[in-house]
Amino acid sequence: MHELGITENIVNIALDKAKEAQAGKIVKINLVVGELAGFVPHCIEFYFDFLSKDSIAEGAILNFELAPAQLRCRNCSTVFCPQDTTWACPKCQSQSLEITGGRELYIESMEVE
Amino acid sequence: MKKIEIVQNILEANEFIAAQNQRLLDKHKIFAINIMSSPGAGKTSLILQTIARLKDKLRIGVIEGDVASTLDAEKVKVEATAVAQINTRNMLESCSLNANMVSHALQSLPLEDIDLLLIENVGNLICPSEFVLGEHKRVVISSLPEGDDKPVKYPMIFADADAVVINKIDFLPYVDFDIAAFQKALQGLNPEVKIFQVSCKTGVGIENWCSWLLSALKANS
Repeated sequence: MHELGITENIVNIALDKAKEAQAGKIVKINLVVGELAGFVPHCIEFYFDFLSKDSIAEGAILNFELAPAQLRCRNCSTVFCPQDTTWACPKCQSQSLEITGGRELYIESMEVE
Repeated sequence: MKKIEIVQNILEANEFIAAQNQRLLDKHKIFAINIMSSPGAGKTSLILQTIARLKDKLRIGVIEGDVASTLDAEKVKVEATAVAQINTRNMLESCSLNANMVSHALQSLPLEDIDLLLIENVGNLICPSEFVLGEHKRVVISSLPEGDDKPVKYPMIFADADAVVINKIDFLPYVDFDIAAFQKALQGLNPEVKIFQVSCKTGVGIENWCSWLLSALKANS
């Protein structure tokens, strides 16, 4: 639902960085999106095609690396990736869990010519 | 072909504007609360109860976020010192407030005349968790008819909350809401969270909520 604004940010950051690097074309943008971040890659792609039109980012490939949800048990310190929607520590079954991964949303790198 | 390392947070622009908002609020000694919940959980009702209880002690401003209409702003403006309405319908993001919208709303409020700013976010448990606004505290309302599984289904918004208000507590005899299970799931994600049980209809529990708000405001000033 909120991917349009996010995609606008992606395009702006990519164009700024390409300008800094004096690149003529953006070929590929590598993004890291956390499983818990609430952003849908397919929607970002859809808006990207629209927003990048007539710029040096037009036609660029968006490569999504999905960062899995990662939790740390506050009871026994086990770090794990939850396999289902009920979150519990696989070692001690505690539900006292700190979210340590899966909320990422950043541009990792891009390839330009 | 050349590879450029970037590693830049895509939400950085929002976070930058949120930090500006907070500096502006701090300059005017305004304590700001971001109130989030699903539609119908009682955001406007909690705001009205809070104003009724605290209006003799504090000058209260409200920012109302809605996809459309000024219905909530109309209700609130009778009691509040000042109200700004944001309609998200024609904006890039319609499902949540963001820092830029709040920045514009702040320009239309008499900041010199406000001690406490209550920001009513758009009714939604997903999108508002991604966008900080410049607030000092984040509050989530969960109401009994919604069911006790909300922290399990929408963990992010509950993990970041400073306080959670369980509203419509007067519904307890009529619904299968397990308060202990709700609290356990919530505290599992967020051990520091303050939890309040209230009914905005009967007024029960509002006193405790307002005492916390006052002490949080004092601790911030």
